[in-house]
Amino acid sequence: MGNSVKLATILDIGAGALLAAATGLVFLYAPVEQVMGMVQKVFYFHVATAWVGLLSFIVAAVAGVIYLLGHKPDWDVVEMASVELGMVFLLIAIVSGSIWAKPIWNTWWTWDPRLTTVTVTELIYAAYLMLRSGIEEPERRARFGAVYAIIGFISVPLTFLSIRIFRTIHPVVVGNSDPSALGAFDVSPKMLQTFLFGLLAFTVVYAALLWHRIRLGKLAEKVERMRMER
Amino acid sequence: MAETTNYMLAGYAVIFGVMALYLVSLADRWRRLRRDEQMLEGEEKEEVQR
Repeated sequence: MGNSVKLATILDIGAGALLAAATGLVFLYAPVEQVMGMVQKVFYFHVATAWVGLLSFIVAAVAGVIYLLGHKPDWDVVEMASVELGMVFLLIAIVSGSIWAKPIWNTWWTWDPRLTTVTVTELIYAAYLMLRSGIEEPERRARFGAVYAIIGFISVPLTFLSIRIFRTIHPVVVGNSDPSALGAFDVSPKMLQTFLFGLLAFTVVYAALLWHRIRLGKLAEKVERMRMER
Repeated sequence: MAETTNYMLAGYAVIFGVMALYLVSLADRWRRLRRDEQMLEGEEKEEVQR
């Protein structure tokens, strides 16, 4: 077994164990919030998946910059892999947030600044995938993808800051919420520990999935090259 | 305290369901690419033999 495969196996096992432990903490350790009840437990993985979504786009933008500097195809693979993962995790965050919102805000959806900016971010990266699929020449596709990943990244800090700079009903858990926010709650020490552990677990899950997605991307690149050489 | 257990279950079903679907998608794409790779390698070998 090669060293990288050994490392990936350790990462896979670690990610699975951390995710299982985080789930255990959510259901067995963290207290039930007294006003919202059980649905508040969605918070732990809702925020963790949103964090991983935004982290993925940061990694994609950095990979885009490195690609433009050196034109090494490996960085294009990293960028593409990270964008795809970011879209998956951000989609989970959006849908789980909508489910959490229903009993608390009494609606599945509202065009609040946070919900709007996060949806725009998801759509920006969906367009990234469409742009790539429309370009056949690999080097041109990688160059356009890198520039797009860097420009698209502007939506990431805007999404993060939207609940801190605009009037919003979306609560801010770390920091001060807008007085009009609905669903804010006092984070007890046990809740905070569970929350931080969830962030760590999902970050490791992201690293494991990124490795697998990069491996898949490299194989796809090889197959594409073989087809073009025929 | 509000009774919101069903919403919590729905939330976690989405979280784990989408992650499971993504894992299946990764495995499926890997399997298809490996098959294509082997097919292309086989064709290449045939061409060399001719």
